[in-house]
Amino acid sequence: MSESTMKLTLKIWRQSSAASAGRLETYELDDVSSDMSFLEMLDILNTQLIEKGEEPVAFDHDCREGICGMCGCMINGKAHGLERGTTLCQLHMRKFNSGDTLVIEPWRAKAFPLVKDLVVDRSAFDRIIEAGGYISVSTGSAPEANGLPIPRDCSELAFDAAACIGCGACVASCKNASAMLFVSAKVSQFALLPQGQPERQRRVLRMVEAMDNEGFGNCTNEFECEAACPKEISVSNIARMNREFLGASIKAT
Amino acid sequence: MSSSNGKLESRIPAGALDEKWAKRKSELKLVAPNNRRKFTIVVVGTGLAGASAAASLGEMGYNVIVVCIQDSARRAHSIAAQGGINAAKNYPNDNDSVFRLFYDTIKGGDFRAREANTYRLAEVSNNIIDQCVAQGVPFAREYGGLLANRTFGGAQVSRTFYARGQTGQQLLLGAYGALMRQVDAGRVKLLPRREMLDLVVVDGVARGVVTRNLITGAYERYAGHAVLLCTGGYGNVFYLSTNAKASNVTAAWRAHKRGAFFANPCYTQIHPTCIPVSGDHQSKLTLMSESLRNDGRVWVPMKAGDKRPPNDIPEEERDYYLERKYPSFGNMVPRDVASRNAKMVCDEGRGVGPSGLAVYLDFRDAIQRDGIETIRSKYGNLFHMYEKITGENPYQVPMRIYPAVHYTMGGLWVNYDLESTVPGLFVLGEANFSDHGANRLGASALMQGLADGYFVLPYTLPGHLAGRKLGDVDTDHEAFKAAEKEARERTNKLLAVKGSRTVDSFHRELGLIMWNHCGMARNRKGLEEALQKIPALREAFWKDVRVLGEGEDLNQELEKAGRVADFMEFAELMVRDALHREESCGGHFREEYQTEEGEAKRDDENFRYVAAWEFQGVGKPAELHKEALEFENVELTQRSYK
Repeated sequence: MSESTMKLTLKIWRQSSAASAGRLETYELDDVSSDMSFLEMLDILNTQLIEKGEEPVAFDHDCREGICGMCGCMINGKAHGLERGTTLCQLHMRKFNSGDTLVIEPWRAKAFPLVKDLVVDRSAFDRIIEAGGYISVSTGSAPEANGLPIPRDCSELAFDAAACIGCGACVASCKNASAMLFVSAKVSQFALLPQGQPERQRRVLRMVEAMDNEGFGNCTNEFECEAACPKEISVSNIARMNREFLGASIKAT
Repeated sequence: MSSSNGKLESRIPAGALDEKWAKRKSELKLVAPNNRRKFTIVVVGTGLAGASAAASLGEMGYNVIVVCIQDSARRAHSIAAQGGINAAKNYPNDNDSVFRLFYDTIKGGDFRAREANTYRLAEVSNNIIDQCVAQGVPFAREYGGLLANRTFGGAQVSRTFYARGQTGQQLLLGAYGALMRQVDAGRVKLLPRREMLDLVVVDGVARGVVTRNLITGAYERYAGHAVLLCTGGYGNVFYLSTNAKASNVTAAWRAHKRGAFFANPCYTQIHPTCIPVSGDHQSKLTLMSESLRNDGRVWVPMKAGDKRPPNDIPEEERDYYLERKYPSFGNMVPRDVASRNAKMVCDEGRGVGPSGLAVYLDFRDAIQRDGIETIRSKYGNLFHMYEKITGENPYQVPMRIYPAVHYTMGGLWVNYDLESTVPGLFVLGEANFSDHGANRLGASALMQGLADGYFVLPYTLPGHLAGRKLGDVDTDHEAFKAAEKEARERTNKLLAVKGSRTVDSFHRELGLIMWNHCGMARNRKGLEEALQKIPALREAFWKDVRVLGEGEDLNQELEKAGRVADFMEFAELMVRDALHREESCGGHFREEYQTEEGEAKRDDENFRYVAAWEFQGVGKPAELHKEALEFENVELTQRSYK
């Protein structure tokens, strides 16, 4: 595909800290190559800002190949932008048109406090995993790997859930800022696998409790999370988690 | 340059190869379960090595403090590994064994690794698969429910376990889960968004680290009885690489300045299958998994300058050069061989694409043979990623690929117990030098990271804890104060330059020097030129770098500046190592030393050793120490994949 250059108007959320007031700043950018990734476009902007003596825009990123889950922001109201199944770093400028205006904002959720500009604190996700997002098997105590055959379909379904990268787009795209897609993906992965059975009930109860404590909202079946998810994790995981939670709650009472 | 070998004691146990690890384990001291809580271990980094070690130590009952640079431990760059992890399970019944895995790995490394380390790696490989499956890692399976395998470069058996094209992600999430379980249990204190700025050494023993909190800018001190560096490789010295943007040499380099020897820094792996550079804006390179070479065929046009679209070039005018030159391994030759051959055909003017710096990786025949759905199920996510980045559909036109910096085999020198030349400082995973020699085979990095963290370090660490008298040291100790002061001064110095050039512009310039003179092919003239250019660039950096803002909050330019400053010092060591090694081996290809057919020509008589460098001051040549490599179980041969 041939390269072209474009002009863009960027309206970017600038906020120096959680305590200070934020605002949208407007920047004009010429000579954006259609072959650039979205983050490379931000790199160019930052270079220009530094050359002018202005502070660059803070944004999180690391692997730049769509797997670490570090990057993410809203582009014109869509988490990671309009392209389906794509993280911000894998979104390329050829998906935009010269003359476009892009409003770029951080994830907005009570449970993801703002740090600076486009950077937010997603440590709530780690605390949810801490509450049970694992199988308790200490190093050295594992049985022989092929001792437990697992039907391929079951393994594949678990994989579909395990593909979550923890970026937080599901929360950012949900009008309730619910974390149900994230939590249900981990609950599902282990509920579907035989290794996950011993802790199945305890896991879902503890993880849901941790999720509630972090201040995430409830799910009202809008499915925006699935549409925004760069790994296209299915909302059927949420239905599965609801069943798991209900079943575990009944047994626990 | 002076040399000696007095300071290096590898502690390789005597005895038969397959008894060495058992022997060492039986000699190592133990720390009783109820004493373990008296020891604090500081772990830097949460990739496969760091997360697996920290989780295992927590389970055993030690107090563990873990710092990592990302906002979550789950994001370390191990997550990006695609293709798979090797193990000697022999499930496919194709005559694999621990010895064969060992042999392939040591031969793949061009006989520049330690026999004992590499054998141990192969020995524990099977335990890793068991552990990961028990954690719920969704490895690929056959319909019968048992684990599936595939082939990787440098092997003639199927021993690679994989989880679609996301093996690193799934293994890391397994280790991260185990780590978070220990956080929940109160055994591990996890501190994300911290960057290690110095190693603290008290009475000659590593006793902690100084970090900078990347959100608040605060300097923090963490004390313990041992420090584990699990901070990955230094590929970003080239600016463009497949590494994550935050991957850096800083932790290893600061440890080096405190006395840890740096071994074989010139051994870098250039991975053959990456998406070619598209322009000056490029910030990183993306790997296309080696597993694609199982079904993709690599070719270029027969004629130089043939600009026809690939599908218009008839079969007889294509050169499937790997299949032609290496009939027994074909497209599955090891990475260094595949990369070098790609460079050769591009140098001949037969490269393809707009830049002429690419070769085709063609799936046409595999799609005809197996059907598009089979290919999609094997590589769908990789094809999808390729299309996103390039805008081209690899089901219809061949992929264009070119080699890129991917992994660094060199690293801090460690003995058989993974301990560096600073007692109490252990180095795991890519950050150490120990298992891959001069070239790493595919699917071996994940194996080594997890071997070190799950099954080696937990056994060797008590040797240090119980074997040495470790007095009480807390963070008020003078050594901590001094290290923190130095770290602060360095940061303030960066902020005070107030020059005119961005950090990235310096990093790009350094990267270009390294790629041109210390990249896929090296020669004396180029390396000597680099030794002139690097100190000049370093001086320009300290005079003219522009870092805006303050040190008291999130300042990503300041973080980058600190890392680039260290790369500027490290680069010189890397070039010196490449210059002194007057042979070609694995990823280190010196143009002066090649066979008539253009293959790497080793000099076993003069260079069969590990080069371990001792820091002597910035800009001063480091002192070389040599650890001779003994080969008792394999015959040193000219590597052949024909």
